[in-house]
Amino acid sequence: MALDTVAIAQVTPDTSQPFTELGLKPDEYARIKEILGRRPTSSELAMYSVMWSEHCSYKSSKVHLKQFGEKAPKSDALLVGIGENAGVVDVGQGYAVTFKIESHNHPSFVEPYQGAATGIGGIVRDILTMGARPIAVMDPLRFGPADAPDTRRVLPGIIAGVGGYGNCLGLPNIGGEVTFDETYAGNPLVNALCVGVMKHSDIKLAKAAGAGNLVVLYGAKTGGDGIGGVSVLASETFGAGGSTKRPSVQVGDPFVEKVLIECSLEIFAEDLVVGIQDLGGAGLSCATSELASGGSGGMKVQLDKVPLRDPSLSPEEILMSESQERMCAIVEPSKIDRFLEICKKWDVTVTVIGEVTDGKHLEITWNGELIVDVPPRTVAHDGPVYNRPLAQPAYIDQVNCQKVNVPIPVTAAEIKAAVLKLAAAPNLADKSWVTSQYDKYVQGNTIQSQPDDSGMVRIDETTHLGVAISTDANANWSYLNPYQGAKLALAEAARNIATAGARPLAVTNCLNFGSPEDPGVMWQFAESVRGLADGCLEMGLPVTGGNVSFYNQTGSVAILPTPVIGVLGVIQDVRTRTPMSYTKAGLDLYLVGQTHEDLAGSEWAFLHNQRVGQSPDADLQREMRLIELLLEGNSFFAAAHDLSQGGLSAGLTEMVLRHKVGATISLANAGVSLISETPGRVLVAIDPSDTARLAGLAIKNAIAITKLGITGGDSLTINDAVIPLTELSIAHTSTFPKLFG
Amino acid sequence: MRVGVITFPGTLDDRDAARAVVVGGAEAVSLWHGDADLKNVDAVILPGGFSYGDYLRCGAISRFAPVMQLVIEAANKGMPVLGICNGFQVLCESHLLPGALTRNSDLHFLCRDQEIEITNNQTAWTGSFELGEQIVIPLKNGEGSFQCDDQTLAMLEGEGRVIARYVGENPNGSRNLIAGITNAKGNVVGLMPHPEHAINELTGPSAQGLGFFTSILNAMVK
Repeated sequence: MALDTVAIAQVTPDTSQPFTELGLKPDEYARIKEILGRRPTSSELAMYSVMWSEHCSYKSSKVHLKQFGEKAPKSDALLVGIGENAGVVDVGQGYAVTFKIESHNHPSFVEPYQGAATGIGGIVRDILTMGARPIAVMDPLRFGPADAPDTRRVLPGIIAGVGGYGNCLGLPNIGGEVTFDETYAGNPLVNALCVGVMKHSDIKLAKAAGAGNLVVLYGAKTGGDGIGGVSVLASETFGAGGSTKRPSVQVGDPFVEKVLIECSLEIFAEDLVVGIQDLGGAGLSCATSELASGGSGGMKVQLDKVPLRDPSLSPEEILMSESQERMCAIVEPSKIDRFLEICKKWDVTVTVIGEVTDGKHLEITWNGELIVDVPPRTVAHDGPVYNRPLAQPAYIDQVNCQKVNVPIPVTAAEIKAAVLKLAAAPNLADKSWVTSQYDKYVQGNTIQSQPDDSGMVRIDETTHLGVAISTDANANWSYLNPYQGAKLALAEAARNIATAGARPLAVTNCLNFGSPEDPGVMWQFAESVRGLADGCLEMGLPVTGGNVSFYNQTGSVAILPTPVIGVLGVIQDVRTRTPMSYTKAGLDLYLVGQTHEDLAGSEWAFLHNQRVGQSPDADLQREMRLIELLLEGNSFFAAAHDLSQGGLSAGLTEMVLRHKVGATISLANAGVSLISETPGRVLVAIDPSDTARLAGLAIKNAIAITKLGITGGDSLTINDAVIPLTELSIAHTSTFPKLFG
Repeated sequence: MRVGVITFPGTLDDRDAARAVVVGGAEAVSLWHGDADLKNVDAVILPGGFSYGDYLRCGAISRFAPVMQLVIEAANKGMPVLGICNGFQVLCESHLLPGALTRNSDLHFLCRDQEIEITNNQTAWTGSFELGEQIVIPLKNGEGSFQCDDQTLAMLEGEGRVIARYVGENPNGSRNLIAGITNAKGNVVGLMPHPEHAINELTGPSAQGLGFFTSILNAMVK
């Protein structure tokens, strides 16, 4: 193919261009021509197509996401908000923490290992780009039915990819989720969270300021992998048949990324960069246009200088490639020698590919010929914005007016069978098969990890300051009521942190939905965003950033609306954290919070194929009082464990099996008490001598408490049902090995 | 007493090993793979990780690092050297220890709290333990299955050079449940599990890994 230059584009206005194949709509193509006053060159078309993709431009979600800014609670903690690579929050003692979740759903279905691996790689570079040392990862995952043949292909590959990449980077994996539902069968969700820490003064931003400063590309060489990943892969619905799109999946090398992290941190420590951006989705198109529009706009890039893995790549392909493990920095000329020296020390390939100018255009040349000449903002930020039609889907009224119809266990035999059934259910079963493939110890600061309620890492060895993070979603509730579902997920994530004694501080999210072109899906999305924004405002937690993943559907079947909410909290002294279970007999077990008959969206209903009824309403005022109770009780609680999916039955199972110390429980209305999933409940173990202190906290915070029983013995005994721990343990731990080998 | 901790590209547990050295009571000295300089250290630790991304074979490239030539020389003269996980693999590739570490028998990366039994407390790195003492420290690797030919195995067993064995079910298919071995002199030790991640109960399963780091101090005082 002959080189298409700006000069040629000017004189050949009628040349036919493959904009549809690149994922652009006719009106979007027309708009590009309007902006440029001519047809785009093929390189410009490539850039606009990836940057105006749903994945990069948030064109369908922008109008809704604005609420996170408009309804933002007043917070002194937020140092960098939405719009940068990741939000940054102040955690005290001069430390800042940055965290974010991103999706890598479609690539992980096409090529599970590499899709998941590069999902981790991408989010880690986002965190690094802010100037932070990455300190932990988490991975909320969702799959098709546990016993479906394709799940056996997808799940082991994704787990191995998350582990293979994260382990090699030396990042502890401190938690996540593994959930199964048939709607994820052709569309698994791979969300990856990374958290990093830095000093306030070390925060870096994506801006190319200062004419004459150099544009430096460093890290891996550019190859032909991942071309159009954000446009043809992430922003389209999978058809039932069709090509597998495997070449659009990036291929990662965690060793290169590990070296890139250490090299970058050394560069940051010597203050050698003015601005920095990682190359992730949309590759060089994204990095150059975002850096340029973060500054005054002017930048010249010599694309032929980009080091290539495959010398046959065309300029269009180089601009679209999503080859991993690359960073782009803006460096003052006086600091370039030291920059190159550090790269040499780490054997990192580094090339000066251009410079910042005082103009307004991003100009890219190929062997001296001008192939891109655009105002960078039009590429990076002024993409199309759609206010897509939305309408409450018909199913909502249909399912909301029905009542859950499931058997309620009554007799001792039924209670025992129900507890064992829930313990073994794939959504609730022991996840060691998964988490034993992840390194949780590296860096030596992991305080809590799976199966704890939240992940917790120490960030200062002297003062013992730490952060805790939890990610949660309850797609069943979101399906029944997306507004409440988002609020409930937020409340659950915050509660999971507070059970350990950490105070919730900030929120990130990964909003996974079907096609935005379906008004029903768009309504689910809009309701979820409204719920999350309202919830964050009420709880005083700022949203620091997030990610939207649309087109998660196979044919016309969309996934359940799955807003994954991540909450980060701070604990002043990690040594004081409350563990999720107890180690000794003779403690009193209390239910903190009240149980109602909340079976809609419960695991018990799911196990009986019932997806009907009304989700509970989120009472965030009560949730906040519960959080205060937990934080105050942290000083004397022997253990505290959140009750959520699987209710009291699952909570008790996890608690007694953790250290193999049983419990004897007496329950009124045992069946409903065990399987109901009323939100805002925590199981707490205390020494009997602390009874008055707990009662005092309950009164002060207006939270109901009920004594359930005492700890000890080698069984979980509920009224007359005696479940030996050995039997419970086998039920809980056999599911995954049986399914996945 | 100065204990060097080597960083190769891709090393992960270097800061953890340095922390354990300090908690054990010695001074930790950072050594860079590309510098042919041992900085006057009294002992050396090769920490865990994926040096050179495990390209070719685990440890196969690191073995040629400039610093390794000095380590091999010093080890042959009696300097205490401990290789943990990837460090063990490097020591095998360097022929300071016999045998090789291969893929875990179930082909998965495995991270878990592992019970091991100390079966030789006469080395520079195990003197603080009782013979037969059972400790719990993290095991985390993808290629931890110790393999060697029958003759080598007989030699290791005959000379008491197996310093630690896995207790209970074999986690990775290692011959004779071998978790760690030593050289003939007892100054070079390779260990698959990670004692540096068991120096307190806050961040590890126990504090029982500390014995490896106090052992070296005692060995030098003697």
